[in-house]
Amino acid sequence: MIAAILVMALGAVVLGAALGYAAVRFRVEGDPLVEKIDAILPQTQCGQCGFPGCKPYATAIAKGEAEINQCPPGGEEGIRKLADLLGREAKPLSAEHGVEKPKSVAVIDENLCIGCTLCIQACPVDAIVGAAKQMHTVVDSLCTGCELCLPPCPVDCIAMVPIAETVETWKWRYPVIPIKPRQKVA
Amino acid sequence: MLRRLFAFNGGVKPPTHKSSSTRAAIATLPLPPELVIPLHQSIGGTPRPLVRAGQHVLKGQLIGAADGNISAAIHASTSGRVVAVEARVMAHASGLSTLCVVIAPDGEDAWVECRPVPWRSLPGDQVRDLLRDAGIVGLGGAVFPSHLKLKPGPGSRGSSKGGLRHLVINGAECEPFITCDDMQMREQANAILAGATIMGELLGAEEILVGIEDNKPEAVAAMQAASGRLGERGGRIQIVAVPTRYPAGGAKQLIRVLTGIEVPHGERSTDYGVQCFNTGTVFAIHEALEKGRPLLSRIVTVAGNVERPGNYEVLFGTPMDYVVARAGPKPDTDRFIMGGPMMGYAMPSRQVPVVKATNCILVGSPALFPPPAPEMPCIRCGECAKACPADLQPFEMYWHSRAKSFGKAQEYHLFDCIECGCCTYVCPSHIPLVDYFRFAKSEIWAREREKDSADAARDRYEFRQHREEREKEERAARLAAKAAATKARIGIDPSAGGADTDDQALIAAAIRRTQSATTDLPPAGESGT
Amino acid sequence: MNNSPFVLQPASVRSVMVRVLAALLPGVAAYVHFFGASILIQLGLASATALGTEALVLFLRRKPVWLFVSDGSALVTAWLIALTFPPIGPWWLIVVGTAFAIVIVKHLYGGLGQNPFNPAMAAFCLMIVAYPLLMSQWPAGAADFATQMRLIFGNRELDGLTMATPLDALRTALHGNARTTVEAVTGSGPVFGYLGGKGWEWIALGYLAGGLWLLQQRLITWHLPTAFLAGLGLCAGLAHLANPGLYASPLFHLFSGGTLLGAFFIVTDPVSGATTPRGKLIFGAAIGLLTWVIRTFGAYPDGIAFAVMLMNIGVPLIDMYTQPPVFGHKIRNKGKGGHP
Repeated sequence: MIAAILVMALGAVVLGAALGYAAVRFRVEGDPLVEKIDAILPQTQCGQCGFPGCKPYATAIAKGEAEINQCPPGGEEGIRKLADLLGREAKPLSAEHGVEKPKSVAVIDENLCIGCTLCIQACPVDAIVGAAKQMHTVVDSLCTGCELCLPPCPVDCIAMVPIAETVETWKWRYPVIPIKPRQKVA
Repeated sequence: MLRRLFAFNGGVKPPTHKSSSTRAAIATLPLPPELVIPLHQSIGGTPRPLVRAGQHVLKGQLIGAADGNISAAIHASTSGRVVAVEARVMAHASGLSTLCVVIAPDGEDAWVECRPVPWRSLPGDQVRDLLRDAGIVGLGGAVFPSHLKLKPGPGSRGSSKGGLRHLVINGAECEPFITCDDMQMREQANAILAGATIMGELLGAEEILVGIEDNKPEAVAAMQAASGRLGERGGRIQIVAVPTRYPAGGAKQLIRVLTGIEVPHGERSTDYGVQCFNTGTVFAIHEALEKGRPLLSRIVTVAGNVERPGNYEVLFGTPMDYVVARAGPKPDTDRFIMGGPMMGYAMPSRQVPVVKATNCILVGSPALFPPPAPEMPCIRCGECAKACPADLQPFEMYWHSRAKSFGKAQEYHLFDCIECGCCTYVCPSHIPLVDYFRFAKSEIWAREREKDSADAARDRYEFRQHREEREKEERAARLAAKAAATKARIGIDPSAGGADTDDQALIAAAIRRTQSATTDLPPAGESGT
Repeated sequence: MNNSPFVLQPASVRSVMVRVLAALLPGVAAYVHFFGASILIQLGLASATALGTEALVLFLRRKPVWLFVSDGSALVTAWLIALTFPPIGPWWLIVVGTAFAIVIVKHLYGGLGQNPFNPAMAAFCLMIVAYPLLMSQWPAGAADFATQMRLIFGNRELDGLTMATPLDALRTALHGNARTTVEAVTGSGPVFGYLGGKGWEWIALGYLAGGLWLLQQRLITWHLPTAFLAGLGLCAGLAHLANPGLYASPLFHLFSGGTLLGAFFIVTDPVSGATTPRGKLIFGAAIGLLTWVIRTFGAYPDGIAFAVMLMNIGVPLIDMYTQPPVFGHKIRNKGKGGHP
């Protein structure tokens, strides 16, 4: 009886030591969680989540200070990916933070622009070029569609235009060939 | 001379349906009432339009300039007036529109001046630029700009060390129904071989292999006769009949059959000492260099649900229904397919123009191409794997593509799939395997694009923050420096004295400055005059 | 509107299954000839149960009933069960086995194409574990039809009607008496023929004929049957060479029990088996090895069912590690580039 207990205890100690050693010796140095979350976020830097950029939001999620459903540009798919990564429950997009919109870019009506540079200062990714009292324009390949340039514009000359599908961005649809029940016997 | 041939794994043998469209010679069409010439007809950048509505153009005039090096120019297919430069539905499965130059022909068919290119005396780069500006692209269907493939490998022109060992001319034409290359080889064998000789010289090829499927004995005979006529100069050329098995006309498969070399996905075949061109492309290169004529037309097979299947020389921009009308479409026609039945695409409209990729207009009907039977579950029978010419495991890729686990699908080499359709063709469960692969590929591309733009946005955002930080520091440093300078100027030793006296002195100095400035300055408004 | 390819080969799951059933017919004919018509009753019972339960489950799963019932896959499972169960077993034996195969092993895992285990073999394993006695009562010969009907549906007075199969007889004799040799057993017993067992040899030849036809029809590849027969034959052969007294000859193994039925119809089940060429070789050979081990040292008369089930578990692993090289990524391509 005593011997059996001792043997089991010894076994437990030896195995525990081996596992503990392995845990230290073979530790996988993964990406820090913040980086992984940040990689999922769409990097629009729009601040709709209530944080000043994607990275701060990622940090807040990692610390458990923010929900995962506060990013409208990331949409449902982004929430699903975050839920997968963090092992949390996916939930619908929080309405107070905005709604999912088609991907758009800002376009400046060049006839109305007065060259005030306020939008240039607001753009988080430096996608607007121009100088004081000169017309501004948006480099649409760099625009993330964050809409941060809309409020500062004193003459409301910026509009969000959805990105049109081109042959390069066109996607083949998921094949759905429904199984039609050709029922002769049911 | 008998050449040792190699085999590729897999492949299928669908009924070829080729004989009916090879009875008549290649016919030309009268000028259509309107030509709609899309600017984007090749892989790469969309050419920039060079003409405007109302302008008169000549046949062969440049109307779209190549955008960057990976692009090919576009020319007016006939002379006439530019009616519009606008978006029209393009010959693409998406049904999207693209910028097109619409030309109303004037009936003159008047050429611009064409001068033969002294290609022998020009440097290679210049010849390649000329071909790009002549709009030469691969006419087998992939429309890859040809000038990019004409760079000799890591060696130099004519040298056997590191130069090209095999130049493969692809006349296999393995898709059912299509006979345009067959007919062109029968009728224009001399020009094709002359073009092949030119390309052999440009690439410094040791030998030129023309691969033709053995179900086209007439084409083989015509090409052999032409090769015989070349005499000494034709010494490097071999006309090789290859076994008929779809997709023997896939570039990688034909290269394998003729040379035994397998060019992996994503690698340049010149690195393996081999390059492959379609016969139509070779002909077009001959026209461009020997006659100075840009690519304006191609041979198009019209087959399927028509009374008189045949081949036509069609100007780019000709509406498909105009071409098909000559062949007599049957009343139950339900769609036009561009390309063959294995890899072709159903066209969104019957008015879409013939473009450089249009090797065949296959006229479909529900009887000829019945809708697929219901999709059953995969029973893992492995028929698809046996049929796959790329040695893939389609049922595994299907499993992961269907589950949208694209990473897994890529692990099974999704991007090695050439979308030949063999797997779908043999599947007893009628699973549209290729559709799943196309879907998965375009999803993966879309995700990569999204990821790239997100990464770029992150970099720019971080750079901006860094810059703002730096600017703030610089401003602070500048202010500090200025304050120190002012202190020095008004004679206060910054190290001595209390803080109070410092500040008082500074304020006093500032007030003095302000007062003098306002009195010194001229009144506002006069400064500009 | 569908996409390319617009032409398809006229193949279907149904035509595959029907041809498999057709390939079983020579074996069934021999079966009837040697052991009477009772096997036909069992085939009918199994078929009816399979189709009935399949339709019921499809209905409950809200799947198109006719489309899947008519694909023939349930019939193939049913026939394999009937041909591996004793032909004079009570009716409920085969009904329960078939229902288990269709409802639990096939549909609870997702239905056609999704089952990780071979349904027929799972049913065999279940029933032989649950009813070892009933599953080892094999007919002594072609009794008259009335007697067979009585055995299946009525009271089971078995005196003189049943007999062990050759495998069973050999195993019992060898296990019971350490001094007995294979030769002593096979030379004297009433069940042994020239190679395997009386009658069973001819049935096995029937399966062989059907299997060769399947090969000719390209419904199966050579890999699985060859690897399985080679694995079994090699083990049996080596052991037989080492001690012919204790281990039966490879020919005995090949022609007794379900070896040839297994080689061409069971091991070759694509759904639950390995699919890559090399994977098939490993899968088949391992089943052959396990079959010999279970037959020789195990407690059950025939080991194919257990061997198949065991290897089914390993299929995903085998497939993962035996992916064939992709075009252009082969080793033979290396060094064959453009730089001579």
